[in-house]
Amino acid sequence: MKYAYYPGCAAKGATPELHQSTMKVVDRLGIEVVELEAFNCCGAGVISEADPDLAYLLNARTLATAEVLQLDIMTVCGTCQGVLGGANKALQKDEDLRKRINLELKKTTGLSYNGGVKVKHLQWILVKDLGLEALKKHVSHPLTDISIAPFYGCYILRPDSATGFDDWENPVSLEKIIKALGAFPVEYDSRTKCCGFPVFLEKEEIATEMVEKRISDAKDQGGDAMVTPCPLCHMGLDFNQERAEEKHQAKMGASHKLEMPILHLPQLVGLAMGFSSEELGMKRHLVNPAPLIQKIDVM
Amino acid sequence: MRVEITIQRYNVETDVKPRFVDYCLEAGRETTVLLALLKIKSEMDGSLSFRASCRAAICGSCNMQINGVQKLACNTSVFDELDRHGKIVIGPMANMPVIKDMVVDMAPFWDKIRQVKPYVVSHNEHSPVPTAALKTIQDDLHNADACIMCGACLSACNSFEVSPEFVGPAALAKAYRFQVDPRDEIGTNRLAQLQEDGGIWDCVRCVYCVQVCPKEVAPMEQIVRLRRMSIQSGMDTTIGARHITQFVKVVGEEGRLNESRLPLLMLLKHLGKLIQTLPLAIKMLFRGKAVMPFGTPPQGHEVVRAIFKGRKK
Ligand code: SF4
Ligand code: SF4
Ligand code: FES
Repeated sequence: MKYAYYPGCAAKGATPELHQSTMKVVDRLGIEVVELEAFNCCGAGVISEADPDLAYLLNARTLATAEVLQLDIMTVCGTCQGVLGGANKALQKDEDLRKRINLELKKTTGLSYNGGVKVKHLQWILVKDLGLEALKKHVSHPLTDISIAPFYGCYILRPDSATGFDDWENPVSLEKIIKALGAFPVEYDSRTKCCGFPVFLEKEEIATEMVEKRISDAKDQGGDAMVTPCPLCHMGLDFNQERAEEKHQAKMGASHKLEMPILHLPQLVGLAMGFSSEELGMKRHLVNPAPLIQKIDVM
Repeated sequence: MRVEITIQRYNVETDVKPRFVDYCLEAGRETTVLLALLKIKSEMDGSLSFRASCRAAICGSCNMQINGVQKLACNTSVFDELDRHGKIVIGPMANMPVIKDMVVDMAPFWDKIRQVKPYVVSHNEHSPVPTAALKTIQDDLHNADACIMCGACLSACNSFEVSPEFVGPAALAKAYRFQVDPRDEIGTNRLAQLQEDGGIWDCVRCVYCVQVCPKEVAPMEQIVRLRRMSIQSGMDTTIGARHITQFVKVVGEEGRLNESRLPLLMLLKHLGKLIQTLPLAIKMLFRGKAVMPFGTPPQGHEVVRAIFKGRKK
């Protein structure tokens, strides 16, 4: 198992702990990765709002780079997966588009993309390429009696024409991973909804209300922590939790606290492999994960 | 085959809260959810209420939540649902007040549609019809005219769920549909109105509307087109618009998104907001979360600059 690793801007920027924990976990699992060190942004669905072809060009460059290495791409970001993976599917399917983009890409970078690469999120790799049985073999510290609320977010599921791993109406891969790690997957409605991050600055009210709703839903169903395959969801739910906490207490009374640790997927996997919270970079979260870690250590 | 269907029952006039009732009936490969509901109504419980008319995914009246997803009952197979979810649970559309069982008050939906001036605005009754332009209008519409007003998108909209003032997906798809009509003489007025709170910048891009629409209207994609049109016609000062223009600027220069520089640039003309955001920024800095807003750009940025330069030509 060998992949071209596309970290994405967040893992190399505001959420370095995602990169850190990914490295720990893939190394332990024997998943070989070649990091695309000179990678560019996937556009996050924002660049295509200004200029769709520009976004295609950026992603075609990424895909062409992996194609030269003859490797499939591993992503660790739900948004990158949706955008880069979606661009890949479009470029593979639509020959006119591929020709048009290649013509321009070749001129500026010398590269062109022939459609021979697959783009897979770490989440999918764990479930399918590695397999849950193999994953279980590395679980040295099963997360018994810990309830984890899986939070998929948007772009790893929708539009399903761009993703196509889980059924967007009824996704199961995070639940499968949570169970393989010995923990209990929380059932709650919010798991496939938006975290509010896309409008974090421009529409603070909307974003904060969303965070409050998602986290209180997970909390009501007994979640000790939430886990997400998307660092943007992590930011939405972690960075914005303080404001959501105020909202929540205004609604429910001061004794009601959200205090919900938001874990990146490889951090949760790492905990079940016995890595310490320091090794997984959990000190960088704004919401203190210590109560969760204590609960795990007691088990 | 005998199947069990669970239906949410509620009457706003007599019930305190909804209850779930199971019905068992015979169903085959050809049974749609609507056929099952009609059977239940005629053979088991005449008080069951739902809307339906065409039975052919045309009138848009039978939308409801089937296993938590907004679907046309007449276009959804009972067996497919069982295969996909292992159960069939039916309830009314979300985000709209329930009147009885699956019948909701669609007033919020229609109010939104009316807000965007969903018609060709013409100042002169006798304007010549731009026949040539109308020939190619299909290319510009991107299927935005296919809407059957079923309400699925608004019911699934994550933004409308928390912010009832948001004009929402169907109305914005409609706005786009008329904005590109060559007979429309409203110019940028409709667009200007959509810059306000509740307009195009309230969409969080959750993609739900694209996913649930039974007619492939792809409302979010039309919203994106409205955003692009706004920026191109100079309406680029909202934080939402700056999110796009400054994102492009940062990636064009650095090859990647710099999460510290983007907010600074976005809020440059919104000082109050910038100051409000500072405490969070400082916290992030202390947790090692904030990259330096100004530093050497990462590896690979030259190639990206070349791509952007080529694009500008
Ligand atoms: S993409 Fe936008 S308009 Fe569509 S459902 Fe989500 S928030 Fe609503
Ligand atoms: S856009 Fe699609 S989902 Fe929304 S009302 Fe129209 S047909 Fe229904
Ligand atoms: S009955 Fe007309 S759309 Fe379903």
